[in-house]
Amino acid sequence: MTNIILVFLVLTNLMLLGTGRISASIRIVAAQGVALSLLPLLIHAHGFGVRAVLLAAATVGLKGYLFPRLLNKAQRQASVRYEPAPFLSFSTSLMLGVASVGVAMWIGESLKLPEIESPLIVPAALSTIFIGLLLIVARKKALSQVLGYVVLENGIYVFGVVLAQNEPLLVELGILLDVFVAVFLMGIAIFHISREFDHIDVDQMTTLKH
Amino acid sequence: MKHGFRYLDPLLGLILAPMLLGIINRVKSWFGGRQGPPLMQVYFDIAKLLRKGAVYSETTSWLFRAGPIVSLAAMMTALFMVPFGNLQAPLSFSGDLILLAYLLALARFFTVLAALDTGSAFEGMGASREVQFSALAEPALILGLAAVARISGGTLSLSGIHHGVTFSLWFQSGLILSLVTAALSVVFLCENSRIPVDDPNTHLELTMIHEVMVLDHNGPDLAFITYGAALKMWLLGALLVSLVLPAHTHDLIPIDFISTLVDTAIALCGMFLLAILTGIVESRMARVKMNRVPQLLIGASAIAALALALAVQPVKEKNGNRTHETQVTYRN
Amino acid sequence: MLTLWLILIPTLGGAAAFGLKPDILRRLLLIGVGVAHLGLTVCTWFHPTEPLLGGWIHLDPLGRLFLTVTSILFAASSIYLWGYLREQGATTQVDLELGAFQNNSEAIFTGCLLWFLSSMTLVTMSQHFGLLWVMVEATTLSSAPLIYFHRQHRSLEAAWKYLLICSVGIALALMGNFLMAKAASTAENGHVSLVVSDLVQHAKDLDLVWLKAAFLFFLVGYGTKIGLAPLHTWLPDAHSESPSAVSALFSGALINCAFLALLRVVQVCHAAGLQEVTSQLLIGFGLLSMAFGAAFIFAQRDYKRLLAYSSVENMGIQAFGVGLGGVATSGALLHVLASGLTKGLMFLVAGNIMHTYQTKSTRDVAGLWRKMPWSGALWTFGFLSLTGAPPFAPFLSEFTILKGALETNHAVAGGLYLLLLAVVFIGMSAIVLKMSQGDPHPHCNPENVHGDWSSIGPPLVLCALVAGLGLCIPPQLSDACREAAISLGGSGW
Repeated sequence: MTNIILVFLVLTNLMLLGTGRISASIRIVAAQGVALSLLPLLIHAHGFGVRAVLLAAATVGLKGYLFPRLLNKAQRQASVRYEPAPFLSFSTSLMLGVASVGVAMWIGESLKLPEIESPLIVPAALSTIFIGLLLIVARKKALSQVLGYVVLENGIYVFGVVLAQNEPLLVELGILLDVFVAVFLMGIAIFHISREFDHIDVDQMTTLKH
Repeated sequence: MKHGFRYLDPLLGLILAPMLLGIINRVKSWFGGRQGPPLMQVYFDIAKLLRKGAVYSETTSWLFRAGPIVSLAAMMTALFMVPFGNLQAPLSFSGDLILLAYLLALARFFTVLAALDTGSAFEGMGASREVQFSALAEPALILGLAAVARISGGTLSLSGIHHGVTFSLWFQSGLILSLVTAALSVVFLCENSRIPVDDPNTHLELTMIHEVMVLDHNGPDLAFITYGAALKMWLLGALLVSLVLPAHTHDLIPIDFISTLVDTAIALCGMFLLAILTGIVESRMARVKMNRVPQLLIGASAIAALALALAVQPVKEKNGNRTHETQVTYRN
Repeated sequence: MLTLWLILIPTLGGAAAFGLKPDILRRLLLIGVGVAHLGLTVCTWFHPTEPLLGGWIHLDPLGRLFLTVTSILFAASSIYLWGYLREQGATTQVDLELGAFQNNSEAIFTGCLLWFLSSMTLVTMSQHFGLLWVMVEATTLSSAPLIYFHRQHRSLEAAWKYLLICSVGIALALMGNFLMAKAASTAENGHVSLVVSDLVQHAKDLDLVWLKAAFLFFLVGYGTKIGLAPLHTWLPDAHSESPSAVSALFSGALINCAFLALLRVVQVCHAAGLQEVTSQLLIGFGLLSMAFGAAFIFAQRDYKRLLAYSSVENMGIQAFGVGLGGVATSGALLHVLASGLTKGLMFLVAGNIMHTYQTKSTRDVAGLWRKMPWSGALWTFGFLSLTGAPPFAPFLSEFTILKGALETNHAVAGGLYLLLLAVVFIGMSAIVLKMSQGDPHPHCNPENVHGDWSSIGPPLVLCALVAGLGLCIPPQLSDACREAAISLGGSGW
C-alpha cells in the first residue's frame, strides 16, 4: 500500500512536469496531497493514534480541499489556463525529472536507512523535492510556481514522515498553518499581479535589477 | 513431438498477423457506423500487390530496394524469438530481448534509409520523426522488459520472461507489472503507428510519420512493408499478451500436447482481444499533437524506469517466495 | 511574566489594529506597543526571566541580544511611522515613473507590522527547532504584505519575489529540521527532544553525518532569509521597495532574526564537535557575501539598494565573525547590535531624503547638508558608522573580528576581510559624499522639506546609541556577548 502511494507520488510528479494545463495541474497536486496524507497512518507501526488521524485529517482538508479551492479561485481571477512556453520545454523537464528519480534512487540506496518500511520512501521524497524546485525554476506563470512550492512541501512532508516520527503535534500543526498562509498570500499576490500587470508571467517582472 | 510443435507459434504468427489489422479496421468501422472491409482485406491487398510490377525512380539506388526486404527479414527473425502460447520460442538464448530491440531498430534503420534515398522532402520529414520517436520509445521497451526480467527470475531471455510471469507473480509484484504493461502499451501503439501517436489512415502527408516514409514504394515492395508491419504488430502484441495473460496450464493439464494447445488458444484470444482494444482506442481517442508525442513517450520511458528501479530494490517479503521460480533452466 | 507580556502585547495589539477604525488611535496604538515592548525588553536585562511551555520558550543571553535590536528598531520605526502615515495616509500617491497609485489599507499595514514584531519576538525566544522554524516562516508571511504597502508594480514584484524565494528557502530549512530530528533519534539513550539546551547536553550522542546534512540544509534555508550571497536575490528588491521604516526593520531586525536561527544550529553543531565544517562554511559564505555586497555597492544608482547591499555585506561580516570563533564571535554578536541600529538609522534617513527629493536615484540627490541639515548630518554620520569608522560601535565590532581572525591564524581571510571593508568604504563614500555636498538641484520641491520630530527624532536617537556604544559598552552587554559567544564556541574579549 505504501509502495502504491509512493509510486503514485512519482507518477503525479512526472505528470505535472508534462502538462501545461493549470487546472489539471491543480487537480494533480490535490490528488497528490490527499494520497500523501494517508502515509502517516500507514507508516507508523502504532498507526491509528489520535495524533496520526488528526494530522491526516488536517492534511486532507488543507491539501485536498482548501488549496485547490484557493488556487482555482486565483486561476479564475487571473484568467490563465495554460503555461504556453516554459523556460524549459516540457520534454526537457520530463527528462530531468526522470533523471532526478534515478539520482534519488541512488542516494536512497547509499543512505541505508534500516528501519524504513519501504525502500522507495527516500527516493520518492528526494525526487519530489527536486521536481518541486524544477517546477518553480522552469515555469513562467506565477501560479505554476506556487504549485511547485506545494510539491516541494509535499516532498519534505514525506521526508518528515519518515525521519521525524516524534515531532510534537503542535509543531506539525504550526507547519501546516504556515504552509496554508503562504499559499493563501501567494494566491492574493497572484490576483494583484494579474490586475497590475495584465498577466502573471514572472519573466516579465524585471523592473528590479541590480 | 515437442520439438516440432515449437514451430507452431511462429507459423501462427506468419499466417494470422495480417488478420489483426483486419480486426482493428472492422472495429473502427463498427464504431463509425459502417460495414467496413472484410477481415481478410489485408491478405487481399498483399496478394494483389505481390502480383503487380514495381516502378523505381531513377534517382534511387539499391538501398531503396533493400529497405523492405531487410525489414521484413528482421521481423520474421524476431518472430522466432517471441514466445506465444508455448513455453518456449524456437529461438531462445540469454540476451535475446536485446537482440529483439536491435532487430526492430535494424528494420527501422533500413526503412529510414530507403525513405531518405528517394530524396523527397516529405519522406525525409517522416524519417526524421520516425527516428526521433523511436529513439524515445526504445528505452521504454528495454527498461520495461528488463524490469520484468528482473522480477520473473533474472533471465535475460524472452522465453524466460514468458515462463516467469504468472498470475502469482501478479499478486506479488502487481505494481511493477502494471507499470511495465502501461509502458509497453504505449510502445505498442507508437511502434505500430497507431492513433495517439500516428494515424495510419490520414490523408495529409504533413501529419504522417510512418506512412509518409513508404509513399514511394509500390508493388511487391509495398506488400513486404505491409506484411512486415503486420508481423511487427503481432510480435509486440505477443509480448504484451504474455505479460497480461500469463496462462500456463501445464501445471493443471498433465499432457503437454493439450496444455500447449490450450495455452496457444488462450494467447490467440488475447491477441484478438488486443486488436479489438486497439480498435476501440483508435475510435475513441484523438491523436496527440505532434509536439506532445515526445512527452508521451518520455512518460512511458519514465514509467518503465520507475518499474525497473522498483524491481531492483530488494523488497523484503518477496525474497521467500521467489526462489522456486528462479532456478529453472530452459535448455532442452 | 515578562516573556509572556513581550509576546502577548504585540499579538493582541495586532489583532486590535485590524479592528480599530480611527487612524489616530491606530497610530497611537502602534507607538504604544513599540514603546511598551522596548520597556519590557529593557527590563529583561535587569530581571531574570523564566522559561515558558516547558522550556520551549526561553530568553537566553543570545536571544536577548537579538530581541534588543529588534525592539529598539521597532520603537524607532513606530515613532517614525507616526509622521509617515499621516502624510502618506489614505490619499492617492504619485510616483514619478509609474504614475498614480493607491496605498494599501493602513489597518492591514499596522496589524501585519505588529504581528511581524510578535513573530520576531518569538524567534528570539524559541528554543525548540520546530517552533523556531514555524516562527521564522511567520516573519516572512507577516512581513510580505508590508512590502506591498504602495500598491504599484515594483513593490508587488518585490513582494512576490520575497514571498516565493524566502518560502522555498525556509522549506529547505524544514528539511534541515527533519534531518536534525533524525540525528537526535539515533542517540543511544533514546529520544532527545529538539530543544536547543537538550540537544547541546546530549550532543555527544548525536549522529554526526545526519547533523552535518542538517547543517547544510539549515545554512541554505535560513541563509536565504539572512541574505547570504548568492542566496540574497530577494533582499535588495524588498529593501528598496518597501516603506523606509519597514526597510529599517527588515535590514536591522528581520534578517538578524534569521541569523539567530542559524546561530541556534551552530550552537548544536559546536557542542557536537562539528566546528571544522561550520566554521569553514560560515567563513566562506561570509566573505562571499561581503564580496557581493562590495561589488554591487560600487556604482550603485539607487541609494536604498545601496543600503540593501550594505546589509548583505554586514551579514557577511557577522557570518565571517561567527565562523572564525574565538574573540571574533563576540565581535560578530556586538556587530549584530551595532550594524543593526546603524542600518535602521540609515534607512530612516533615506526615507526623509526620498520624501524631500522624490527620487531614489543617487545622481538626482545633492546638497543634503544645505537642504536638510539634520538629515544630511545623520546621513553622513550613519555612513561613517556603517563603514566602520571610529568612534562608532561598528568600528569596535569590526576591529574585534579582525583581531579574532589574526588570533585564530586566519591571516589570509583576515586580509581579504580588510580589503573588502576598504572597498566598501571607498565605494560608499563616493556616493554618499556626493549626495551630501554641493548645491541641491533646482527641480526639487522646497515645500517637501520636513523636519518634524517624528522623522528626525528616531534616527537621531539611534545615531546617539551607536556613537555611545562605540565609546563605552555597558557591562551587562559585554557579559551577555561573552556568555552568548561561549555557547557558540567563541570567547569574550
